[in-house]
Amino acid sequence: MSKRLRSILTPVIAVLLGILVGTIIMIVSGYDPIAAFTALWNGAFGDIYYIGEVVRQFTPYILAGLAVAFAFRVGLFNIGVEGQFLVGWLAAVWVGVAFDLPRVIHLPLAILAAIVAGALWAFIPGLLKARFRVHEVIVTIMMNYVALHLSNYIIRNVISHKGDNTGPIHKSATLRSEWLESLTDYSRLHWGIILAILSCFVMWFLLERTTRGFELRSVGFNQHAAHYAGMNVNKNIILSMLISGAFAGLAGAMEGLGTFEYAAVKGGFSGVGFDGIAVALLGGNTALGVFFSAILFGVLKVGALNMPLEAGVPNELVDIIIALIVFFVASSYIIRVFLDRISKKEVK
Amino acid sequence: MEYVIEMLNIRKEFNGFVANDNITLQLKKGEIHALLGENGAGKSTLMNVLFGLYQPEQGEIRVKGKPVNISNPNIANDLGIGMVHQHFMLVDTFTVTENIILGREITSGGRIDIKKAEQQVREISERYGLAVDPQAKISDITVGMQQRVEILKTLYRGAEILIFDEPTAVLTPQEIKELIQIMKTLIKEGKSIILITHKLKEIMEVSDRCTVIRKGKGIGTVTVSETNPNELASLMVGREVVFKTEKKDASPKQEVLEINNLVVKDPRGVTVVNGLDLTVRAGEIVGIAGVDGNGQSEFIEAITGLRKAETGSVKLNGKELINQTPRHITESGVGHIPQDRHKHGLVLNFPIGENMVLQTYNKKPYSKNGILNFKEIYKKAKSLINEFDVRTPSEYTLARALSGGNQQKAIIGREVDRNPDLLIAAQPTRGLDVGAIEFIHKRLIEQRDNGKAVLLVSFELEEIMNVSDRIAVIYEGKIVAIVNPKETNEQELGLLMAGSNRKEAGEVTNV
Amino acid sequence: MILVPSTLLWAAPLVFTALGGIFSERSGVVNIGLEGLMVIGAFTAIVFNLTTYDTFGSATPWIALLVAMAAGAFFSLFHAVASITFRADHTVSGVAINLLATGLTLFLVKLIYDKGETGIISKGFSKVDIPVLKDIPVIGKIFFQDTYWTSFLAILVAIIVWYVVFKTPFGLRLRSVGEHPMAADTMGINVTKMRYLGVLLSGALGGLGGGVYAQSITSNFSHSTISGQGFMALAAMIFGKWHPLGALGAAIFFGFAQSISIIGSSLPFLKEIPSVYLLIAPYVLTILALTGFIGRADAPKAVGTHYIKGSR
Repeated sequence: MSKRLRSILTPVIAVLLGILVGTIIMIVSGYDPIAAFTALWNGAFGDIYYIGEVVRQFTPYILAGLAVAFAFRVGLFNIGVEGQFLVGWLAAVWVGVAFDLPRVIHLPLAILAAIVAGALWAFIPGLLKARFRVHEVIVTIMMNYVALHLSNYIIRNVISHKGDNTGPIHKSATLRSEWLESLTDYSRLHWGIILAILSCFVMWFLLERTTRGFELRSVGFNQHAAHYAGMNVNKNIILSMLISGAFAGLAGAMEGLGTFEYAAVKGGFSGVGFDGIAVALLGGNTALGVFFSAILFGVLKVGALNMPLEAGVPNELVDIIIALIVFFVASSYIIRVFLDRISKKEVK
Repeated sequence: MEYVIEMLNIRKEFNGFVANDNITLQLKKGEIHALLGENGAGKSTLMNVLFGLYQPEQGEIRVKGKPVNISNPNIANDLGIGMVHQHFMLVDTFTVTENIILGREITSGGRIDIKKAEQQVREISERYGLAVDPQAKISDITVGMQQRVEILKTLYRGAEILIFDEPTAVLTPQEIKELIQIMKTLIKEGKSIILITHKLKEIMEVSDRCTVIRKGKGIGTVTVSETNPNELASLMVGREVVFKTEKKDASPKQEVLEINNLVVKDPRGVTVVNGLDLTVRAGEIVGIAGVDGNGQSEFIEAITGLRKAETGSVKLNGKELINQTPRHITESGVGHIPQDRHKHGLVLNFPIGENMVLQTYNKKPYSKNGILNFKEIYKKAKSLINEFDVRTPSEYTLARALSGGNQQKAIIGREVDRNPDLLIAAQPTRGLDVGAIEFIHKRLIEQRDNGKAVLLVSFELEEIMNVSDRIAVIYEGKIVAIVNPKETNEQELGLLMAGSNRKEAGEVTNV
Repeated sequence: MILVPSTLLWAAPLVFTALGGIFSERSGVVNIGLEGLMVIGAFTAIVFNLTTYDTFGSATPWIALLVAMAAGAFFSLFHAVASITFRADHTVSGVAINLLATGLTLFLVKLIYDKGETGIISKGFSKVDIPVLKDIPVIGKIFFQDTYWTSFLAILVAIIVWYVVFKTPFGLRLRSVGEHPMAADTMGINVTKMRYLGVLLSGALGGLGGGVYAQSITSNFSHSTISGQGFMALAAMIFGKWHPLGALGAAIFFGFAQSISIIGSSLPFLKEIPSVYLLIAPYVLTILALTGFIGRADAPKAVGTHYIKGSR
C-alpha cells in the first residue's frame, strides 16, 4: 500500500471509527442513531441558512487548526490557541469599538490588532522555550487562563463600565456583509472565510517553498542538525510561535468581527482552541488537511445543534465523537498496522 | 554435560528482516567463547535472545543439556545467565546499589532494606575484585566503575554464564588489560563467558574458541589457538581483507589550522579541553588518537562552533574563528563530518536531496529572494549522489531510508563539494561495514592529495594508524605527543593515550 | 482565622490529583488528561451521591469517593491503552481524554436528569471541628476548627505516596521504568505493566480529587464544575519536581492563591487588590517557577517516550 494512500486512509478510518463508537453509545443510551444522524445532516445541509452557518463555524476552525499545525511542524505543541484566540478577539473588538474610521482602514486595522495580539500572546511561551528550555505545553495552558481572566477584567473595567460585554463594534469594522447574509437567508456568514482560505495558502507557501520554511521544518525535525547547518534554532522557535499565535489571533477576529460583532465576559473557554488541536491532528498538520478537517468539524458542530430538536439527542454526542476521533488519530499506529496487514493479504 | 549453553538453529526476525538465520552456538563450561561479526551482523540480537529480551521464531536453547524457554530476563537470570551490556543499562539518578538490586530488592516489612543491600554489594565486589562505591550515584562515577556495576548486577543474581557485549569499546588499553584479568578471575571462579566483539586482537588474546557470524548467518566455530587474525577477518567479511590502505607519502605545505591554548568546559562546568595546541597543514592528515572522554568531542565541537570555548585561539588560514557561529565557520572554509551523523549531520525526515543543501539552501542558485529553487537543489543532489556512490532509490528518498554507509557517503559528498580548506572527520566510519570504510578512507586521502588539510578523530587505533600522516595523542584535554605512524606501534600509542610520557612508553615497548 | 482551612479546602483536590500525576509521569507516561479525570470523578461522585443518599446516609460522600476512584481508574484506561499499547502521543491522548470526559459527562447528565446540570447533593463534606485537637491552644483554632476531614486525608495520602514511591520496591521499579525503561526491562521488570499501573493510579487519584472537589466545594455537577483544577494540579506536580511532598507543598500554595481570590474581599488588606490579580496569580507563578525560580525541574528522563522492544 503506497504511503500516500495510507496517509489519507488513516484519518478517514479514524473518523469512521469515531462515528461507529458514537453510534454504539447512542444505541446503548436508548437513542435512535439514524434519527440522530439525519438530524445532524439536516442541521448542516438542510437549508441555505444552515450551510451559511457551517461555513461561518469552520472559518475559525481553519485558523485554529493552522495555528496548531504550524507550531507542530516546527516541533512545538501550542495548546495556548484558546488564549491567543481570546486576546485576538478582544483586540479586534477593542479597535472596532474604540475608533470610528472609514471601513477600508478600520477593518484591516482591527484584523491587524487581532493578529498582533495573538502573536504577542504566543511570543511569551516561545521565548521561554527558546531561551530557558521551558516546555511550552504547561506554559501555554497557564497562559490560557491568564488570558481568560485578563480579558474578562478588561471588558468589565476598561472597555465597558462594570458591564458584561463591550457593546457592538462600529459598522466600519465588521466582517459581515449584507450580500452574504441575503445569500444565506440571514446566517452570520462573513468575509472571514476568504481570509481563512488565504491563510491556508500562506502556511503552505511559507513552509514548503521558502528558505524560512526550510529552516522551520529543519528545526522541527532535528534541532541539532539545523543548528550545525548554521540555522538559528531559537529564532526559528520564537518565529514559529509568533506565526502560530498570529493565526490564532486571526481566528479570534473571525468571532469578534464576524460572528458576534462584540466581545463578552466568559465563564470558560470557547473550545475553539482545543478543537483546533483536533482539526490539526486529523489534517496531518498540513494546510490542505487542516482545511478539509475543519470543514468536517464545522459540519459536525452546527449539525449537532439540531440533534436535540429533531431527534432528542444531546448535542454533546458530537463532542464525544470528536474526542474519539482524536483518540483514533493519535493511535494511528494501530490503524497503520491493520492497513499493512490487509494490504499484505491483497498482495498474496 | 560438556556444553553449558547451546543455541541451536536460532532464527530471529524483526518485521521481515532476518537478524539471525539458523545460527548455532555452543558454550563449554569454563571457556571464554568469542562471538565475532561486523556491525549489524546479528551478534547482539543473538545474545538478546539468550538473555530473554527477544523470543526466537525458530530454534532451541539448552542450558546444561535441558531445553528451556527463556521468555524474559528473569528466567534467564534464574538459569544463571547474566548480561553485561555494551550500552550500560543503568539508571543515572539511582545509586550503584539501587541499580544492582533493581528487580531483586532486599526488603524488610515492605520497605527496601538499603543498608543490607549495600552490605551485600560490598561483599560481592570484594570477592571478585570489582571496586565500586555502593552509595554513589551513577551520574557521578567513571565509565570504568559503571562497567563494574554492570558486571556486579549479573553476579548479584548468581550468574554462572556471563555475556559481555563489546566491553572494551570505551576502555583504555590498560583498562582493557584489567578487564581481561577480571574475566580470567571469573573463569577461575567457575564461570563461563561469551564475549561479543569485533576486535580480532582481543579474541586472539583471551578466548578459547570463536563463532563467526556474517549478515545473520553462522559461518562456523574455530579454536583460537589454531587460527590467526587474517583468517578470522576473512571469515568475518567473506573475502580477503586488506588491512593497510594504499597511499603515497604526504607532502604537506602551509599551515591551515592553528590552535593555541584552547580551553573548553563541558555542560557540567568541568574543564575538558585544557590548553590544547595543534597545527594541521595543507596536504596532510592529522589523526587524533585518544580514549573516549579525553576531550575529543568537546574539542571538535568547539572548533566547529557547536560549543563555547573559554579561551584560546583557533585560526584558519590566519583568520580567527574562535566562538564564531557554525555558519560563519562553515563559510570560512571548514567542512565537518560529524561524530553523530543522525544528530548533527542529517535531517532524517527530509529527502536526501534536501539534506545536500542543508548549509547552502539560502544561497544562489538554490534559492533566490527567500524562495527555494527545487530544480537546482535536486540537480546538485543528483550529481553528488552519482559522484559519491550513494546508493538510494532516488534523490527524493527520505534520508532515514538509507543505510548508515550511504548516509555517511552523502554527508562526505556534501562537505567535500563545498571545497573546504580544512576537512574535519569525527568517527567517520563508526558503525559502517568494511566496504564503506574503505571508500571513506580513500576519500580522505584523496582530499589530502588535493591539498586540503584533514583532521581525523577516531577511537579505532587501527584507523588512525592506517590513515594519518601524523598522529596527535590527546589525553585529559591536551595533546601530549605527536608521533609518526611509521615510527610507533599500538602498544606505545595505548600507553600514551593512557597518560604515560613518550620516554616511558618507548622504554616499555622497545620502540 | 479561616485562611488555613480555606487553603486546605482548595488544596486537597489538587493534592490528590497531583499525586496521581506523579504516578503516571514517574512511570513515563505524560498525563495532561488529569483535568478530564477530575471531571469523571466529580460527575461520578455527585451522581452516586444523589442516587444513593437514601441508602447510605452520612457515609454517602465517602463511598462516593471510592466509586469516583474506580470510575477515574477505569476512564484512565483509555489513556493507558492509547499511549502505551497504541503508541499515541501522550499529550494528544491526554487532550482527547479531556474532550471525552467533558462531552461524555454532560451527555450523561442530560440523559439522566434531562437538564444541563445535576441537582445539589444533600450531604457533602462540610465544615467540622476535629475532636480533641480543636481544643489545643492557638493551633487548635487555626488548624482544627471549621475545617474538613478531606484536607487531612490529602496530607496523609501524600505521605503514603512518598513512602511508596521512594521506599518500596514497587516505587523503585516504577521510577526505573520512567527513567530508563530498557534497563528496567533487562532487570526483568515488565515495563508495560508498570506503566499501566502508573496511569491507573493517576486515574484513581484524579477521580478522587474530582470527587472531593465536587462534594466539598460545588455540591453539584455541571459543565463548569471542574474548570482548570486538573491543570493546576499538573502545575503543582511540576512545581513540586515530581516529588509527592513537593507536590503537596505546591498544591497548598496554589490552594492558598485560589482561596485568597475567593475570600480576599473579606480580608482587610487584600480587599484593595483587584480580583483579577488574585485569579491569575497561580498561573503566573507557575510560569515563573518553571522558568527558573526554583531551579531546574527535571522530569523523569523517559517520560513521553514509547518503549518498544527490539528498538536500539
